[in-house]
Amino acid sequence: MELQHAVERLHAHYAHALDADRLEDWPGFFTENGVYRIATAENEARGLPLPVLYAEGRAMLRDRIAALRHANIYEPQRYRHLVSCSLVESKDGKTAISMSNFLVIRVMENGETLLFACGRYLDRVALLPEPRYEERVVICDSRRFDTLLAIPL
Amino acid sequence: MLQRSWPAEGVTRVPYWVYQDEEVYTEEQEKIFRGATWNYLCLEAELAEPQSFLTTFVGDMPVVVTRDAQGALHAWENRCAHRGALVCMQARGKAERFTCIYHNWTYDHAGNLATVAFRRGIAGKGGMPADAKPESQAPKKLRVSSIHGLVFGTLSDKAPSLDDYIGPEILPRIKRVMKKPVKLLGIYTQVLPNNWKLYMDNVKDTYHASLLHLFFTKFRINRLTQKGGVFVSRDGAHHCTYTEMVEDLGDAYEKDGMRTAGSSLNQFQLEAPEVLEQVDELGDGVAIQILSMFPGFVLHQIRNSLAARQVVPKGIDRTELHWTLFGFEDDDEAMQRRRLLQANLVGPAGYISMEDGAATGFVQRGVAGSPERASVIEMGGSTIGSGDSRITETAVRGLWQTWRRHMSL
Repeated sequence: MELQHAVERLHAHYAHALDADRLEDWPGFFTENGVYRIATAENEARGLPLPVLYAEGRAMLRDRIAALRHANIYEPQRYRHLVSCSLVESKDGKTAISMSNFLVIRVMENGETLLFACGRYLDRVALLPEPRYEERVVICDSRRFDTLLAIPL
Repeated sequence: MLQRSWPAEGVTRVPYWVYQDEEVYTEEQEKIFRGATWNYLCLEAELAEPQSFLTTFVGDMPVVVTRDAQGALHAWENRCAHRGALVCMQARGKAERFTCIYHNWTYDHAGNLATVAFRRGIAGKGGMPADAKPESQAPKKLRVSSIHGLVFGTLSDKAPSLDDYIGPEILPRIKRVMKKPVKLLGIYTQVLPNNWKLYMDNVKDTYHASLLHLFFTKFRINRLTQKGGVFVSRDGAHHCTYTEMVEDLGDAYEKDGMRTAGSSLNQFQLEAPEVLEQVDELGDGVAIQILSMFPGFVLHQIRNSLAARQVVPKGIDRTELHWTLFGFEDDDEAMQRRRLLQANLVGPAGYISMEDGAATGFVQRGVAGSPERASVIEMGGSTIGSGDSRITETAVRGLWQTWRRHMSL
């Protein structure tokens, strides 16, 4: 139960950071070499490696956020993450495997609200000294993305 | 027949009703997508095996593309001769024949109606009259042609051969990219909140890239001061622009205070620039090549990212962009990793491509109250042709010249 609680807290802090526009906190949820990858269920099922977004290590994660803040032009928008059904397992107490469902709702400045993405988080979590993602794979159920995907899922 | 008048200035103006009018959209389906044009269907690599198929679109029309048991490619309208239902529901797969689920009519790989369930009835009762001709409503067949692994189809007898349609200016630039057998890396769809022509317009606009995309300019991937050029096919329908790998050390963007150059307040740098590292795999020192074919096909090489983009209209103000990213069959592990890292540049989350979705949507919204007003397309004058400057809208004028020719406007 302690393990379940610890990993779910990591998921919750991650979601709140993104939804509250604390994007600079995002790389800190990963280990130094942590991998983040957004893929589609369709490509995964076909064994095709194409990511929608892919970062290896905190430097690339920080680059993504720096680009969103200083380089890329996109309309102001916010997400609301709903994360549920986490199944967490650990064999050695050092690393945990977690699978969760997610739903991300996108809200534009004018109030337009859209069910933007849903799918599964497949995580490998380093538990010590505190839980961080060694790998977070975001499998989107749909192959279709509305306009653009700027803020990470 | 559409009754619309074009601004007197001609090719340097594009009136905004072209993006807004339902009648225009309907007529485009007939005169352009189902007219004398070649439409991109898929990569040959996606139909590698005999009896494989996939479904796609030519404009609004659903289409099945197949490879038959003998290896020949076919494409036909995904509509049953009987009541018009989709014959093929799956995105892709393998099949010995195609069966409409509604009443079990079947088709072969070439789209020929093969069987009609209980056509002669049972025990002398029911069934169709002997002189019935259900074949008269058979799915339309496309003429299919493939070039360097890219498959195209046309519904018109009037379309010239695919080679002649593309023309000598653009053909070598396709061959340059498709130089070896390709390997599919994956697909996804970006839904754009704008008319399909705004996307094609954006692709052909060599002037915008380094002004909209800070990534291009700041990291000196593509500046208008870098050596490059634009090819436009003789009829204006297709274009290809390229930038060489030679680094630009100038400060034209900085001096003029362009947003994309960054500023003293915006010292954005990459901590992990390996995302941009290019190997000159095509051997000609070209960093970027963007190629478009009328009406809705784009082939890109952005460093080592290679992709086909299919533009599928979904109403006057909605467009689907079907991305197909690929590498080559003989890619080693390092090249595959490079391509996957550079996938970060393109697609809906692409450091570069995400902004095209935003900009074209802004035009669709911006012009809502002014169908009678027009775009000013005078960069590089009023001519249409190839050249060594990309501070020009020559390829955009080519698009509209071609569009007007097909639409008789």
